[in-house]
Amino acid sequence: MSVFWAICRQHMVLAWRGGHTTLAFAFLFIGVTLMPFGLGPDLALLQALAPGLLWVVLIMALLTSLDRLFQADYEDGSLDQMMLMPLPLELVVLGKLLGHYMALVLPLLLAVPLAGLLLNLAPAHLPMLLLAMLAGSPALVLLGGIGASLAVSVRRGGLLTVLLSLPFYVPVMIFGAGASQQALAGEIDETRLAILGLLSLASLLAAPVAIAAALRNAVR
Amino acid sequence: MTENTMAKPQKFFLPNAYPEPAFLKLESLACSRGLRLLFEGVSQTLKAGEALALYGANGSGKTSLLRQIAGFLPLAAGTISFGDTPPNAVHFIGHADGLKNALSVGETLALDAALWGAPDTTTDLLPLLGLQNRAWQKVADLSAGQRRRLALAKLYLAPRPLWLLDEPMTALDTAGQELIDTLAGAHLAAGGLIVASSHMPLAFATKELVLGAPA
Repeated sequence: MSVFWAICRQHMVLAWRGGHTTLAFAFLFIGVTLMPFGLGPDLALLQALAPGLLWVVLIMALLTSLDRLFQADYEDGSLDQMMLMPLPLELVVLGKLLGHYMALVLPLLLAVPLAGLLLNLAPAHLPMLLLAMLAGSPALVLLGGIGASLAVSVRRGGLLTVLLSLPFYVPVMIFGAGASQQALAGEIDETRLAILGLLSLASLLAAPVAIAAALRNAVR
Repeated sequence: MTENTMAKPQKFFLPNAYPEPAFLKLESLACSRGLRLLFEGVSQTLKAGEALALYGANGSGKTSLLRQIAGFLPLAAGTISFGDTPPNAVHFIGHADGLKNALSVGETLALDAALWGAPDTTTDLLPLLGLQNRAWQKVADLSAGQRRRLALAKLYLAPRPLWLLDEPMTALDTAGQELIDTLAGAHLAAGGLIVASSHMPLAFATKELVLGAPA
C-alpha cells in the first residue's frame, strides 16, 4: 500500500513543480474573468449562467492538464518501470489519478467559490454547486485518463487527448450542470447527485483497467 | 571519505542468495517489428548465477529481445519460461532512465525506495552510486553518466533475481563500469541472472549470443 501512496505523492510533487496546478488555476480565473466581458454586465444573466459556465471552465482547466498525465512517463521511460513495480499496473494508474485529483482538481474546487463571486453567485448557492462538482469531478479525471492513455504514444497528443475525452465528459457535464442549476432555486437535486456519484463510481471501476490496457499496448 | 563502503556494495544491500533458485529459458523466440522480422529461432537457457551477453549490430533486436523477456513486447513465436512470476522478479534498465528532471537526487532515491517497497536508505546509497554530495542537485543538472548511476539505484533497493540491462556501460566512466561489474558479480554470486546487451565485451558475462548473425 505504501507503494500506492508513493506513486500518488510523486505525481502530486511533479504536477506542482511542473506548474500544472498553477496553469489550471490561471485557466480557471482567466475563463471566469472573461465571461462578463463577453456576456455583458447584466448581473441577473451572469448569475443564471454561472453554474454552467463554472462547469465548462472547470472542465477546460482540467483538460489542459490531461496530456501530461502519462505522456511524460512514456517519454522518460517511467512507464516501463511502472509495469515492473510491486503493485498491479491498474493500482499504479489509480495512484497517479488520485495524485492528479489531489494536485489539480481539489485546489480548483477550493477556488470555485471565489470564481463564483466574479459571476455574481450568492454564497447560498455554493454548497449545492460544490457538492455536484465533488460528486462529478472524480469521473472527469478517471475518464480523462482513458483519453490520455490512448493518446500516450502520439507525439504532441494533447489535442487528441482532449478530443478522445470530450465525449466521455458530456454525461458528467449534463448532470453536473443540471444539478448545479438547481442550486439557484435553492433546491437539492438528489437524483442528479446520485447519477453523478454513479458515474464516478462506474468510472472508478472501469477506468484503471482500460488505462492499464492502453498503457500496456503503448510500451510495446 | 566513503572508500570503505564503495568497495563492498554487495555486503550492504544485495541478498546472499535469492530465495527461489531462478532460471530463464528462451525457446525458439522470434520478434517482428512492423512487417520486419528482427530475429527468429533464439534459444538459450540460463541457470542461477549465469549472465548472458547480447551482441549484434544496431537494429539487430537486442533491445527488443530484452523487452520481450521483460514482458513488454509480445512474442512473434516461441516461449519464455522463468522460475518466478515475471512482473515482480525482473529489473529492466534501458536507455530511457525513468528519472524525473524536476526532482533532486535525494528526492529521487527516497521516492524510488518507496516505489520499490524498500526502506529509505538514501544516505547509504549516495556513496555507493558515486553520487556523494549530490543529494541536493536537480536530476536535470546531472551528466549522462551520473543519471545512469542514479538509475541503478533500484537494483539495490529491490532485490530481484533477473536483471535486464540494455547497454549498461553507455556513458559510464571507468569507476562507473567497475560499479556495474561489482554489482553484477555480487548479483550472480547470490544466484541471480543477468541478460545484458552491449557493444563491448562484458566482463561478467558467462554466455553470449550474437543477434543478426547468419544462422
